[in-house]
Amino acid sequence: MTEALKELGSHIEMKRSDCVLGWSIANGELTVDVALSSIKGLVEFLKTDSTCRFSTLVDITAVDYPERAKRFDVVYHFLSMYQNHRIRLRVAARADDMVPSITEVHPSANWFEREVFDMFGLLFSGHPDLRRILSDYGFRGHPLRKDFPTTGYTEVRYDEAQKRVVYEPVSLVQEYRQFDFMSPWEGAEYILPGDEKTDSKEGAK
Amino acid sequence: MDGDIRNNTYDDGTRDYETGEQQIRNFNINFGPQHPAAHGVLRLVLELDGEIVERCDPHIGLLHRGTEKLMESRTYLQNLPYFDRLDYVAPMNQEHAWCLAIERLTGVEVPRRASLIRVLYCEIGRILNHLMNVTTQAMDVGALTPPVWGFEEREKLMIFYERACGARLHAAYFRPGGVHQDLPNDLLDDIEAWAKKFPSFLDDLDGLLTENRIFKQRNVDIGKVSEQDALDWGFSGVMVRGSGMAWDLRRAQPYECYDEFEFQIPVGTNGDCFDRYLVRMEEMRQSAHIMLQAIEKLRAPEGQGDILARGKITPPKRTDMKTSMEALIHHFKLYTEGFHVPAGEVYAAVEAPKGEFGVYLVSDGTNMPYRAKLRAPGYLHLQAMDYVAGGHQLADIAAIIGTMDVVFGEIDR
Repeated sequence: MTEALKELGSHIEMKRSDCVLGWSIANGELTVDVALSSIKGLVEFLKTDSTCRFSTLVDITAVDYPERAKRFDVVYHFLSMYQNHRIRLRVAARADDMVPSITEVHPSANWFEREVFDMFGLLFSGHPDLRRILSDYGFRGHPLRKDFPTTGYTEVRYDEAQKRVVYEPVSLVQEYRQFDFMSPWEGAEYILPGDEKTDSKEGAK
Repeated sequence: MDGDIRNNTYDDGTRDYETGEQQIRNFNINFGPQHPAAHGVLRLVLELDGEIVERCDPHIGLLHRGTEKLMESRTYLQNLPYFDRLDYVAPMNQEHAWCLAIERLTGVEVPRRASLIRVLYCEIGRILNHLMNVTTQAMDVGALTPPVWGFEEREKLMIFYERACGARLHAAYFRPGGVHQDLPNDLLDDIEAWAKKFPSFLDDLDGLLTENRIFKQRNVDIGKVSEQDALDWGFSGVMVRGSGMAWDLRRAQPYECYDEFEFQIPVGTNGDCFDRYLVRMEEMRQSAHIMLQAIEKLRAPEGQGDILARGKITPPKRTDMKTSMEALIHHFKLYTEGFHVPAGEVYAAVEAPKGEFGVYLVSDGTNMPYRAKLRAPGYLHLQAMDYVAGGHQLADIAAIIGTMDVVFGEIDR
């Protein structure tokens, strides 16, 4: 299994050395890092090349790493039903980068790219219909970004007086319970309320 | 697309000055979200030319609960019950994908008995799903008896769910490292008795539907999907098998212990709604067959033993907790802090009844997933609605949605 993947990885790297930034095998899965601009060409190559034949697009998603300059990883999963193997492509992108859309190669990418746009705010160039898909009509923000609070910003209720649904800022009756389960000696840097003032005081002295 | 201002002219009864033809525009209607044939909260914006569907724009997300976001702030074990709420028709199959993802990252080997129990309950889930789908699709095209019969059998299966884990729907039975509780022997006897009788029930259902003139008129040659279409639109499960490709993850990329089971993969020839119905019927027979094999193996001496891989990610035995301090501490830490999963990423897929259900899990080494993406098969099937339904009659929409097997718990997540 791993041998075959290694062969596949080096085959792709050899054929398309301009696109592939690196590849690795972990947990029995092949991951290829791809440059942002060449993703569409590589996907097309993977679909047509006879040793790859990645005919089915399985998934497109993104992962947010706010501390990185290239904040997002756009992750593509492909499956070949003919060769019976899978591949994962990973593309790093800045928040304001335009990711080339692969809808022309795989029509099924349409909704996945819409979802990534909806959830992460990444724009896809060449997408025929980049609307929000899962969130509410008129929703603002991109929920799966790490800086978006889990509670959201607005809440919805039916107003008896106005006889319609109204949107209001979130007001929680009880503090949102975000537990920190980490052992105190293992991780979790604790910042006690008021701690941030100590530094400035010392500076004043 | 929707909400655009279209430069359509209106049929206000006026006639064109030069040609004398009446001005006609296409008709836009909303299908759903409360339509019973929409199988949940699907809203379709349909553009109709007479009764022919010109364009079909599905609006999804009405059941969006932000599962993926919620999962990022809960421990791995707390996340498990969310999977029951995705495809609530066959809950355990989803849990399976989550457990497999965690087990692959942590490198835990599942004990044989747990593995067999998982296979047994996954197949129950498949029958639950197909019974629901076949019979309600029949109701969408006008048959009233099948759902009543089908739900009776579903009820029996859900009692098996209940006897194993205490819940009829939201089971939370599969756990990382095994299953929650062992099965009593009399439950195995009852499941076996049921699985032996089940094919005769399928024959009855067959007699109601397969040669039924109305049912065939509504399904044969409707919603045809060719092999190339199935690839282009990323179909999986019954949607590709109906189109003639013998693709089944249980066979092609075996997970759990499916490689030691004997079963056939039914395939269709035309890729229409009727073939998909036939494939589902045959899959139920095969599932019952797998269940009988699983029970056989569970009774064999190799099938005995523990049902959890005891270690960091599973709770200690109750009896150990009474005597061992370490076991007690471990139990407490497991259910408060939860277990830690080594950093890395993994994509685990199972052959859920609806197709390939996958979990893409990114772990950063803490007790909560950094990112979990749930890949639902129905999402891609519904996406192709515009393509598949184009050129069909309005009434065929219900038949096509039915055989695409969409459930909004998993599509909207």
